[in-house]
Amino acid sequence: MTESGTMQATVQEIIADLKDKPGALLPILHGIQDALGYIPANSVPDIATALSLSRAEVHGVISFYHYFRDTPPGQQTIHLCRAESCQAMGGKQLEEHVKSKLGINFHETTANGKFSLEPVYCLGNCACSPAMQIGKDIYGRVTADSFDAIITNTEASA
Amino acid sequence: MSITIHVPCDSSAVSLGADRVANAIVQEAAKRGIDINLIRNGSRGMYWLEPLVEVTTGTGHVAYGPVQPGDVPGLFDASFTEGGTHTLGLGLTEELDYFKKQQRLTFARIGKTDPVSLTDYIENDGYRGLKNALDMTQEQIVQAVTDSGLRGRGGAAFPTGIKWKTVLNTASLQKYIICNADEGDSGTFSDRMVMEGDPFVLIEGMTIAGLAVDATQGYIYLRVEYPHALEILNAAIATAYQEGYLGDNIQGSDKTFNLEVRLGAGAYVCGEETSLMESLEGKRGLVRFKPPLPAISGLFGQPTVVNNVISLASVPVILDKGGDYYRDFGMGRSRGTLPVQLAGNIKRPGLVELGFGLTLRELLYDFGGGSASGRPIKAVQVGGPLGAYLPEAQFDTPLDYEAFAAIWAVVGHGGIVVFDDTVNMAEMARYSMEFCKIESCGKCTPCRIGSTRGVEVMDDIINGRNLDKNIPLLRDLCDTLLNGSLCALGGMTPYPVLSALNHFPEDFGVNA
Repeated sequence: MTESGTMQATVQEIIADLKDKPGALLPILHGIQDALGYIPANSVPDIATALSLSRAEVHGVISFYHYFRDTPPGQQTIHLCRAESCQAMGGKQLEEHVKSKLGINFHETTANGKFSLEPVYCLGNCACSPAMQIGKDIYGRVTADSFDAIITNTEASA
Repeated sequence: MSITIHVPCDSSAVSLGADRVANAIVQEAAKRGIDINLIRNGSRGMYWLEPLVEVTTGTGHVAYGPVQPGDVPGLFDASFTEGGTHTLGLGLTEELDYFKKQQRLTFARIGKTDPVSLTDYIENDGYRGLKNALDMTQEQIVQAVTDSGLRGRGGAAFPTGIKWKTVLNTASLQKYIICNADEGDSGTFSDRMVMEGDPFVLIEGMTIAGLAVDATQGYIYLRVEYPHALEILNAAIATAYQEGYLGDNIQGSDKTFNLEVRLGAGAYVCGEETSLMESLEGKRGLVRFKPPLPAISGLFGQPTVVNNVISLASVPVILDKGGDYYRDFGMGRSRGTLPVQLAGNIKRPGLVELGFGLTLRELLYDFGGGSASGRPIKAVQVGGPLGAYLPEAQFDTPLDYEAFAAIWAVVGHGGIVVFDDTVNMAEMARYSMEFCKIESCGKCTPCRIGSTRGVEVMDDIINGRNLDKNIPLLRDLCDTLLNGSLCALGGMTPYPVLSALNHFPEDFGVNA
């Protein structure tokens, strides 16, 4: 099967599994993003049909939530906290360092496709600010040096 | 006999290396042929000491921290498995001042038990509240919660018993219990600690709520930023179903309560209860007009209780020990305890659960030990990104809903973010407007447009342009947001903005 064929099969499977839940749209979108890393535009008509919604409604939901994305992310997504507690512990300086180290801004992916960078507004790790998350791994009291070390390790294990 | 060692699975502890420490302990024990029983507990909430390793001894839990993997061989050399002396040794955990001075009701078990062990939960007073509730009428359960004086811990401080009573008295074939676990306020992590450290207490609280108002379906609306909490909640829910604490015929009572975790998707506004329900229904998280109240027409148009994690997690102790027991803590009309979270630039960040009434100063200095940087504390923001900034002159305010309202501030969800004197408050005011702009659901104009204009005005002010015109413009804009917004996002953004301006005018280039 072609890559896009496999992707569509995955999407169909997720829709079939979840469509009968009350309020099924978010669980379906999470399912697709968990499996594929993003929600491909061509999955929107299938979701809309299954839930008796218009394509515009489905698109509207995807675009409303910061977490959902309609383009493929890098191999790893870094969520860097911008909220007050992290700012109080040097979060802004860390943000500058992270952007210059990766050579990208928020909502961008490095040219080699390894990292995407997204802002996040609180990881609940405010007692260990500044904080970030890479995939499901959470890091606290991040410094420029520890960031560099984490990135090197992540790259090595990727 | 095997030795019991605790290493927290709490995600903040993990963010500081707790998983690696746990692995190092297991490996070192195996190498030395020492039989250990490793428990991944919740955090005690003393985060400057995490990863905090505890060993069960005849006299209690002996603590060591903060431990890094490299410390582990040395700890074994010092016989920490028998409570031996080591430079990282802290003595008995529960004798540590920070911990000992607390009044832990909602957090009674957290850090002591294995979060996903139902046996541990029951052996440590778990499910006693539900047992009592099963012998009570619905009116009696609601009365107990009303008597406790519990007010919504999410921030709005609405009396929980009254909310429940409205749902109980609204006839419907289907009602719902929603736990608002969209803890998005910076500086707050108490919901996360409960879900990761004692998930059964939340499940029990929701089950009691279900019995009280006749709701058979519950949803925990959890923020996607909490993947560890999701895992632990799902494990605990599965166990509760297996053991007859969820599902049909709960503990042979013929009562039904089903529970499911649903994930948010990074929208702060979905912490607002009507936006949350829209999201649960599979829509954009647009705020609804009120009335109708969710208690009358909520999720899918049915009567719905929406309570915060801490509110629901406080219900079991109330049903176990009685409304009077809980009400005897606190001050004024703020009854019971509040889990305060100390965060940001503070030496001893963490979770402090105490009856209402302690002053900010006591929390910041007696518990928190002052700033982490060692510089003077300039301002604290209490109650999340929509909470006011308070200057040193207001640090003697007691933590009490009414006392805070009197100084135009909010207790909110009990998060306190500390800033030292390097902070520029005009920058923080700009950030508040920017945050509102990013997170606005877009339904009402004051919030949607006002926040964008707010960022522009703040940029002008920060660049010293036309202050005579722009400061009044900022106040005018805040007035519109405050009085014209549909929900607290736009309606409360003026709290941090105007408090920053009023208390720290010099940062805005204005004479005090």
